[in-house]
Amino acid sequence: MIFCKWSDENGWMQTGDTVENTFCEAEVEIKNADGLHMRPAMQFVDIASKYEASINVSNEEASVDGKSIMQMSMLAATYGSRLKIKAEGPDASEAVEALRELVEVKKFGEPTPEEKRRMGQ
Amino acid sequence: MEIKKGIAVSPGISIAKCLVLDAEDYRIPRRSIQPSQRMTETQRVRNAFKDAIEELAHLQEEKKEIEGRKIRDIYAVHLSYLRDKSLRKKITDFVHDESVTAEFAVSKTLRDISGHFAKLKDPYMRERAADIYDIEHRLLRRLVGDKREDIQRLDVEAVVVARELSPTQTAGFNKEYVKGIATGAGGRTSHTAIVARSLGIPAVVALEDITDSVTAGDTVIVDGNRGIVVINPDDATIQQYLEYAVEFAELSHRLDAIKEKPAVTRDGVRIVLWGNIEFPDEAQLVLEKGGEGIGLYRTEFLYLNRDTEPTEKEHYDAYSRTVEVLKDRPVTIRTADLGGDKYTQSKRYMREPNPFLGLRSIRFCLQNLTMFKTQLRAILRASVLGKVKVMFPLITNLQELMQAKMVLGDVMEDLHEEGIKCNSDVEIGIMVETPSAALTASMLARDVDFFSIGTNDLTQYTLAVDRGNELVSTLYSSVDPAVLRLIRTVIQDAHKAQVEVSICGEMASEPESVMLLLGLGVRILSIAPPLIPEVKQIIRSVTIEECNKVARKVLSMNSERQISGFLRDAARKILPEAF
Repeated sequence: MIFCKWSDENGWMQTGDTVENTFCEAEVEIKNADGLHMRPAMQFVDIASKYEASINVSNEEASVDGKSIMQMSMLAATYGSRLKIKAEGPDASEAVEALRELVEVKKFGEPTPEEKRRMGQ
Repeated sequence: MEIKKGIAVSPGISIAKCLVLDAEDYRIPRRSIQPSQRMTETQRVRNAFKDAIEELAHLQEEKKEIEGRKIRDIYAVHLSYLRDKSLRKKITDFVHDESVTAEFAVSKTLRDISGHFAKLKDPYMRERAADIYDIEHRLLRRLVGDKREDIQRLDVEAVVVARELSPTQTAGFNKEYVKGIATGAGGRTSHTAIVARSLGIPAVVALEDITDSVTAGDTVIVDGNRGIVVINPDDATIQQYLEYAVEFAELSHRLDAIKEKPAVTRDGVRIVLWGNIEFPDEAQLVLEKGGEGIGLYRTEFLYLNRDTEPTEKEHYDAYSRTVEVLKDRPVTIRTADLGGDKYTQSKRYMREPNPFLGLRSIRFCLQNLTMFKTQLRAILRASVLGKVKVMFPLITNLQELMQAKMVLGDVMEDLHEEGIKCNSDVEIGIMVETPSAALTASMLARDVDFFSIGTNDLTQYTLAVDRGNELVSTLYSSVDPAVLRLIRTVIQDAHKAQVEVSICGEMASEPESVMLLLGLGVRILSIAPPLIPEVKQIIRSVTIEECNKVARKVLSMNSERQISGFLRDAARKILPEAF
């Protein structure tokens, strides 16, 4: 689920609204078996960097810049852990949607623990 | 003039200008800078990043076709890290806020990050620490690379001064120009000591803060006989040392004169003297010094100082060259003893909390079978050229030995199938260098042709003392009662099983230990080539009767101190000239 709102007001953004600056956030779960290691962190950063919006990612322990591979990889988010992605900027909602898709749908192009088991690991 | 006292580990005297080396491991001392230099240093950081990115991008482009996806991903990840602005900022801020050098800031920042990974619970995540080491080294090569290459580009005689020398560094030494070695860390059995002795370079170790006391270009005297280093000596001192050097050269010549004579005790017992070597070039030296074979051919150097693993051809070239020099005399090739303090570039995956208790030596080989088999193929191919013996290091139990033998058997079969000749009866032996191997020697004996007791590691593992750690190195002694009991067990069990047994540790070349070892029943000693004449001289001066007495007496003693005192006295009485 993605929540977006005007960055300078309190109302939720409506579908179809065009805005200058939005604030958007989503909570995602890591679904690939090996978690957010280097390569997934790189993919995340590569996508995040395409957007103008600033992107912040956090778990319970730390809050980091989603465009820095150093900071992202240091989160060391393992399988099943949850991350909060917050974006702020004109393309915030697109950024959050693309990142959510990478983490939860594409799963960084990596197998889940179940798939890994079936592959005979 | 400043005089420093350390431990003499390789005899001889040298006087030359000094060259100060940073550790290969790039352990960068905190080097403060003046605030006015901060701009220069932050620029060096930025340049290092820029150059490293260029280098890596080039490499990525170049390897695009040949490497698999995994390798390309690694390059991509490293590039992504190097392009990370927040990483660069962290480092430049550090230079600026703390007024430190670029290399210190790079090293500290990246080590903090790799430390973060190394602490994680998830093993897969933990291994990411290795990526960070790689990135750190790529940057440091840019920043301190020039200083590192100095040693290989050396074209004037010099004394090398360092905190500690790594195997990789010493492998690149050119004997012609490296005239002496002085290090802050280390002990008699440290790697530096072993290499210095085998190359015949005078060396003194355990000089503590020596690197802080000298500046590159200072004149330094290394007295490897007395364990003294003199920094910026006055004329009178230089004159005195030049005289010492002449005396020492004369003594060596006298010893060389006995090289043609056999190593026989006064009561007629024949002792076999072999040489320990690292490079094929040393094989000739073994013969020149009167050695009758090679009891330990260390092969790690093939793996060091390079980015890729050695090929079968490179292994084979080294072994065949050595075997050809020795002709039909034995050449005992020890399979790769990597890990612990010796790494290869590509295998430096992960910093282990206890490297000497970790994935090293035969364990490492058994987990890297492709690498292991490459070496075994080359050894077996060389086995038809002369008398090659295969030796597995760090065996701790029978299962490991059987596994290693099985791999060797597989390789043999492969060669047969390919129609390549090898000696199927090649002698197989092990280094006995762990307490577990020593205690189970009677069991292991059934499956080997020979034992070689590696007293250095055996002492370290028995006494739980890191031989390279100067804080505890005084506790390290091969004549400790515990170590001697294990050595005696191995010798007795080998005799019972009629398995050849030799000693290849440093202990075999210490004048005061030679009598004891002969008394314990050893008849084969394998030592650094330059020391063969000296040990032969000792053998020719004693009787086995006397040696047996020494051994009996020593085994009744209960402290290391008592034993070493007694051995020194005994040796002095019998061979005053050796002391």
